[in-house]
Parts: sequence; C-alpha cells; structure tokens
Amino acid sequence: MIKPENQISIPTRQPAGPRLSIPLRFRDRRRVTILMTLIVLAYITLATLPTMIPSHFKLGTALTSFAENIKIMFWQPHLANTTFITLLGALGQSILLAFLTTLIGSVLAFFFALASTRRLAPTYLVLGIQSLMAVIRAIPTVLWVLIYSVVFGLGANAAVVGITFHSVAYLTKVYADSMDELSPGIIETMQAMGLKKSAIIRQAIIPYMMPSYLSWTFIRFEINFADAIAVGAAAGAGGIGYQLFMSSSFYFNFHEVGVMVYMILAFALVLEIISYRLRTATN
Amino acid sequence: MNSDVQQVTNFFNTKRLRLSIILVIFGLAYIGASIGLGFQTQSLLNVQAGIAWLIHNFIPNEASQGYWNEIIQQLFRTFIVAVASTTCAAVVSLFLAIIGAQTLTPAITVSWVIRCLSSLLRNIPIVAWAMILLFSFKQNDLTGFLALFFMTLGFLTRAFMETIEDFGTEKIQALQATGATYLQVIFQGLLPEIAVALMTWILYMIENNVRDATLVGLLTGTGIGFIFNLYFKSLRYGAAGLVVLSVIILVVAVELISNLIGRLLS
Repeated sequence: MIKPENQISIPTRQPAGPRLSIPLRFRDRRRVTILMTLIVLAYITLATLPTMIPSHFKLGTALTSFAENIKIMFWQPHLANTTFITLLGALGQSILLAFLTTLIGSVLAFFFALASTRRLAPTYLVLGIQSLMAVIRAIPTVLWVLIYSVVFGLGANAAVVGITFHSVAYLTKVYADSMDELSPGIIETMQAMGLKKSAIIRQAIIPYMMPSYLSWTFIRFEINFADAIAVGAAAGAGGIGYQLFMSSSFYFNFHEVGVMVYMILAFALVLEIISYRLRTATN
Repeated sequence: MNSDVQQVTNFFNTKRLRLSIILVIFGLAYIGASIGLGFQTQSLLNVQAGIAWLIHNFIPNEASQGYWNEIIQQLFRTFIVAVASTTCAAVVSLFLAIIGAQTLTPAITVSWVIRCLSSLLRNIPIVAWAMILLFSFKQNDLTGFLALFFMTLGFLTRAFMETIEDFGTEKIQALQATGATYLQVIFQGLLPEIAVALMTWILYMIENNVRDATLVGLLTGTGIGFIFNLYFKSLRYGAAGLVVLSVIILVVAVELISNLIGRLLS
C-alpha cells in the first residue's frame, strides 16, 4: 500500500494552512471508505458462511453428484421428452418476449426519462418519477409477473407486462442519467434562440443521447432475455425457461437440460458478437 | 441559391424517409412479435387493473401481522446469501481477472481460457444453475449461495478484466522499469488505482444479487422467494404483500447505502 504523504514533513515549517490538509483528508476519506466497506463485507461473509452449511451435510457426496450432473449436462446432451423443433420454438418465444418487452420498455422509458431529466423537468417531477421508478425496480421481475398472472391469467400478457414494468424502471433511470450529462449551456442557448421544448428535444437531446440510448437498450435486451428464461421457469410463463424447469425438476433429465443450455449459450454467443460489433462500430 | 434550397429540402426529405422506414420496421416487428407470443396490446392499457388489484389485496391486514417474525428472518438470510456470494465471487474473480487481463497475463492462452470460462458462467441461465445445484446440494441456503456465486463470478471476472485493461500499460511499464516485481506492480501500482472502480462493481453486484436472491429462493425453495411463493399460492395475499414491502425496503436500503459509499468514494 502507498503510505500517506503526511509522513513526509519538512522539519523547519509545519504545513498548517488549510490548502495542504484538504487533499490529504480527501484521499484518506476514500481509503477509509474502501477499508471499512471491505471489512464489513468480509465480516458478514466469514461470520455467516459456516451457518449456511446445514448439519449432517456431506460436502463430498454433494460435490461428486454436482460434477456428475455437470458432466451429463455438457458431454451427453440428448432429448427424451421433447423434440428439437419444440425447443427451438420455445427459444424463439423467449427471444420474442425479450424483444417485445425491450421495445415497449424503451419507448415508454424515453418519455419518462424526458419527464425526469434535470435539464428539462422541474425538480418535483424529477424526484417523484425517480423515486417511483426506484420502488418499481426494487420489486424483482418474477414477483411482477406472478402478480400480473393473477390479474391477466397465466400467459404472454402477464409475462410481457411484468417484464416491461422492470424494464421501464431501469431504462428511465439510465436514459435520464445520460440526458443529464448534456451540458445545460446548450439547452440555455437554444431557449435563448426562442426554440420550443419539442425542438430542443429533437435537435439537442436525441442526437446527443443516441449512442448511449442504443447501448443501454441493447444491454437491457440481454437482461430481458435472461429474465424471460427465469420468468418462464418461476412463473410458468412459457418459453425455454419453462421447458428448462420441466426437465430439471419434473423429469430430472439433465441430458435434456444440457441441450437447452447449449441452445441458450448459442444465442448468448450471437448477442455477444453483436455487442462487440456495436462497441467497435461506435468507437 | 435555388439549388441550395433544393439540397436542403432533399436532405430533410431523406432524413424523414429514413425515420419513417425505421418506425415502420419496428412497428411491423412489434406486431409480428405480439402475434408470435399471443400478446394482446390492450392488456397494456389494463396495467392499472393490476395496480388496483395489488392495492386492494396486498395491503397487509391484521392476520398478516403474525408473519413479521418469519419474514424478517428469511429476509435477513436472503441478504446474507447475496452479500456472501458477491464477496466470495469478488475475491476469486479479482485473482482470475489479474491472471486473465491481456496487459498482465502470463500467457495469452490463459487469458483466452479465463475469458471463455467467464462468458460460460455468465451465460448459463441462473435457472439452470439453481436446478442443477438443487439436485446435488438439496434445499438449503448453500444452493442459493452457489448459484449466485457462479453467476457473479462470471460477471465480475469480465468487469474486473475490462477495468484492468483500461488501466493501460504505461504505468505498469514505468513500475517495471524501476525494478518492481510482478506482485509489487499489482499491489503497489494496479490495485490502489483501480480500487474505487472495483468497489463500484462489487456494490452494484450486491444490489443486483439481493434481487436475484429472491428469484433463486423461489426456484430452490429457500429464503424470501420461497415464503413469497408459499403465501402467494396459498392465497394469503396480506402476508405476500408484507413480503413485497420488505423486499422493497431491503433493496432500496441497499441502493441508498451503496449510493452513499459511492459518493464517499468519488
């Protein structure tokens, strides 16, 4: 670790003025914060990790069985209860679900972000919308889908609305953050020129935030794909997640789980290549 | 003069045309996806019905007061699982990221192996992790811990690796020129510089894992996710509402704390 600089002192004159002590205190605050956070995290982890392991637990057996299952999954994937075509359809459904929720979410979130950016909206609106979004974000997606599946019935409607809720809350925050980065001088200049709000949005805000809009939307698409799988499994909303849940907890067929995991990984690979291309294209 | 006007008009016309084409493509994609999924657009207009139902049924009533004890206990366990899995994953992934970052790696093959491993861990859906682990480790907190651990390991390794690569090579070379060893470069040069960025990632991941722990709990039958499912499916909506409320409080509290730490760090 680097020693703090106040160890080096000139013997003849002690640095007494506030100018010298401010940067030192500043750096110390950072160090203390990091150390304190690490200590708290380490304490929580070390104190509670042993309590998680239940009594009469044979770690050895569990690990061998885990290794065995992983081996079955990755080395011997084959299908028994469904066909490959069915699974492909289910994967397609999950992808469509992710796409649809991202599309609806990004459009709605754009307007919410306009209403909650510091550059355009009054403070009470900013605070109101951002706290509402924080509360919506705090509820996990699965709970939203479960709640809406009671209202709409189990199926696509509940899944779309549930995932959209979370997407809107997430995207509103990141869009508003990237709009806040626009320098206020530009907007003030445009206002001084007598431009209306709609013109400011079209000519200043949209061109400025377009790159971050695209990259955040794409990131959200990846998250929504993972969410679509999770929601299918935990809330029975269909798609490949549901198939995954059925074969792992009803048929206990890990060969089948392997096939599905490979399919999901293949799609994730495609997404990763696209995101790599996007990043190199924008740089 | 006239040709200038023509040019400007042409410019705006192409711009408008492009915008319309993009809008039409997305509109068609929306309709296609809706039909493919069997999603009815009008249900978006019924969102308020869901909220109304939520407010009507999920208000904790007298009977649900008795559940506080169990909810608090399970909420605490969920929080612990999220924090412990993130911390353990952070330690391992810092090691992996240093070995695997292209600027510090001992061999380029090691870097590629770690890159592939982290991508694999990240992209296997958490549902699959939870289910495989549930089968071997049975229904306890350890299962949830391990599922979150593997996910977080994949994610943080990637994030840490990119942070280290952004650090660049100049400072490393400068330190090496003074005769510093590999370990000295890492502990004296690299870690103090990137500590703030790493901390931010860890805090973000804890926030995320608190939310994901609910999902994992739902799948593996532990923690707050399990009792939500239990109350919800046995139609004890008051108690389920209490669970939702407590999850909101926990997540918002974690977010506020991590914002506070973030502000102290900047």
